[in-house]
Amino acid sequence: MLDSTRGYLDMELLRFSTAGSVDDGKSTLIGRLLYDSKSIFEDQLEAVEAASRSRGNEDVNLALLTDGLRAEREQGITIDVAYRYFATPRRKFIIADTPGHIQYTRNMVTGASTSDLSIILVDARHGVLEQTVRHSYISWLLGIPTIVVAINKMDLVDYSEQVYNGIVAAYRQMSETLHIPNVEFIPISAKKGDNVVNASEHMPWYKGQPLLSFLETVPLGNKLGGAHFRLPVQYVIRPISDQFADFRGYAGRVAGGTLQTGDRVRVLPSGLESTVARISLYGNEMLQAHAPLSVTIELADDIDISRGDTLVRSDEPQPLVERDIRVDICWFNERPLLPRSKYIVRQPTAETMGMVSAINHRRNINTLEQETDVAELRMNDIAEIGLRTASPLVFDRYADNRTTGSLILIDPDTNETVAAGMIQL
Amino acid sequence: MNNHKITHLKELEAESIYVLREAAAQFERPVILFSGGKDSIVVTHLAHKAFYPARLPFPLLHIDTGHNFQETLDYRDALVERLGAQLIVGSVQESIDKGRVKEETGYYASRNKLQTVTLLDTIEQHHFDAAIGGARRDEEKARAKERFFSHRDEFGQWNPKNQRPELWSIYNGKKAMGEHFRVFPISNWTEMDVWQYIYLEQIPMPSLYFTHQREVFERDGQWLAAEPCIPRKPTEQVVSKQVRCRTIGDITCTGLTLSTAHSLEDIIEEIAASRVTERGSRADDKRSETAMEDRKKAGYF
Repeated sequence: MLDSTRGYLDMELLRFSTAGSVDDGKSTLIGRLLYDSKSIFEDQLEAVEAASRSRGNEDVNLALLTDGLRAEREQGITIDVAYRYFATPRRKFIIADTPGHIQYTRNMVTGASTSDLSIILVDARHGVLEQTVRHSYISWLLGIPTIVVAINKMDLVDYSEQVYNGIVAAYRQMSETLHIPNVEFIPISAKKGDNVVNASEHMPWYKGQPLLSFLETVPLGNKLGGAHFRLPVQYVIRPISDQFADFRGYAGRVAGGTLQTGDRVRVLPSGLESTVARISLYGNEMLQAHAPLSVTIELADDIDISRGDTLVRSDEPQPLVERDIRVDICWFNERPLLPRSKYIVRQPTAETMGMVSAINHRRNINTLEQETDVAELRMNDIAEIGLRTASPLVFDRYADNRTTGSLILIDPDTNETVAAGMIQL
Repeated sequence: MNNHKITHLKELEAESIYVLREAAAQFERPVILFSGGKDSIVVTHLAHKAFYPARLPFPLLHIDTGHNFQETLDYRDALVERLGAQLIVGSVQESIDKGRVKEETGYYASRNKLQTVTLLDTIEQHHFDAAIGGARRDEEKARAKERFFSHRDEFGQWNPKNQRPELWSIYNGKKAMGEHFRVFPISNWTEMDVWQYIYLEQIPMPSLYFTHQREVFERDGQWLAAEPCIPRKPTEQVVSKQVRCRTIGDITCTGLTLSTAHSLEDIIEEIAASRVTERGSRADDKRSETAMEDRKKAGYF
């Protein structure tokens, strides 16, 4: 095998999402990234060229590369998140191209929830809009480590530094009010290719890197995990065979920290303790388990552990175990959320019933103010609620662990996922 | 904080095993859709790893169009034997004989679309509540929109305009009676990832994926196998070529690639240099701009 190919075997993965208002050019940006990084195949490009011509588009419409649904192509909008994949010699990328329309916010949250980085697009002609604020706020609430604001369509404002600086200032004012730190700004033209893969000739005043170089070099945070060992138990492996008659393996994906053979572990919520006898996958023993690996753990003692329990290390700070919690939520459903309503509360593997004990406050995206005295939550509202659960939840604060601090609410009548929740305490 | 460097293949493997374990935990009667192609082979391999040393908690379901390469059937039977798995075959020929579907006619006749009826009938007959497939989001633009846990209504239909939100790695597999789920553990893998993983894990593959001499003919810029199940136009000449399959499906819609790739390393080289997508060789996707979406809505894989 050639060295160049072998090199692809051990690359790192960066997951990022694109967000922003309708027509800010998200799909075009992704088309441009794929096109200029030579990640588009000939048959894909031919199909897009033919589709562009038949729609009467003057230039090749790069957005057609990602808008795959019939309804999306008819309306020229993005309804649901589309995932795209490309690699450069430095990194592999998974892009979640998310919709800008407010009624599809749930799909934006879907795409952003697993991202390491969020690109918020702004149309240089329109500046910071309501959806810019909403998506920035959601990206920050979701704990995405890096937010990049790509100020797009610079070609339509004569590549003006003044326009760019004005938008940066307006955005900063908003982000400081919402306490969003660490934002990067890049002026681009997705349509013309300025500062996407190649540095722009039209904006010598911009001294930073083009977007792709930034994506290739940005540090890769801790991938949704936390500092301390957590293993939400998914499944108990009990082979029915003579050879493995006594085998009992606890299967799950590590959501933070590290674990080694011989470590003392505690099962929550029961509090029972044991010692790690073996960590393995597929019979191959591992010296250490760490996030985000899927593993099978065997313990020295036969204790009661089942799906929904959490394994932690006895010598580390413990997760919280509570029945009354405060949660930031994004509400997704047309049926409003009302106080005292009951929902199924799902964490990664645990499940219980919960009742909304209070709507503490709602964030007004236009005024940026926190509104109290809210009677109900409507679709796309972002708010903090109180939740009382039937059995105790084992969790970390979302700020400490994006996996063990997350939950969803499910409507028991329709089985629909109606809210994303980030546990505060 | 411990920041362990992890390669993309390890991360993808961990994600897929997590999804498979969720499927086993959340559903009562899940099944793996096994086509004999590389993607379903990788899914089966991952499932074997996920539950080891226990046996697969899922049977394998093969929807047999009756137009399969013999190599595919041989490989399937050997794999089932090796894993001690249960195999269920849904036969398209039977669906035709029972009058459930009507066979297409003409030069472009294919049983690809008919499979959907056989698949949904088999799911209903065995009361499967989750069908685990090897579909990947990079394959095709409608598949790029799929969730890991994808809801199907009581008619087996996908509603892409109103999918459930899927947050983090919390999968909601709740459903009403008669509904089912499709589960796609390798959603985030690319064709390159699949072959690199096969190489790293040294997974045995069907011989069709490697170069071999075969009687073929050319149609619309593609090489197809000269087999009785594809009627040839008078102008279509049979020639013998060095070819391999880049995807494996039913014979009638599997394009063959001119190739001299003997080994997994050769295949990885070839894909790295390729300028055409793998589904570029699939006749079933070329029927219209949204052919895949239309079939998926109806309950296709």
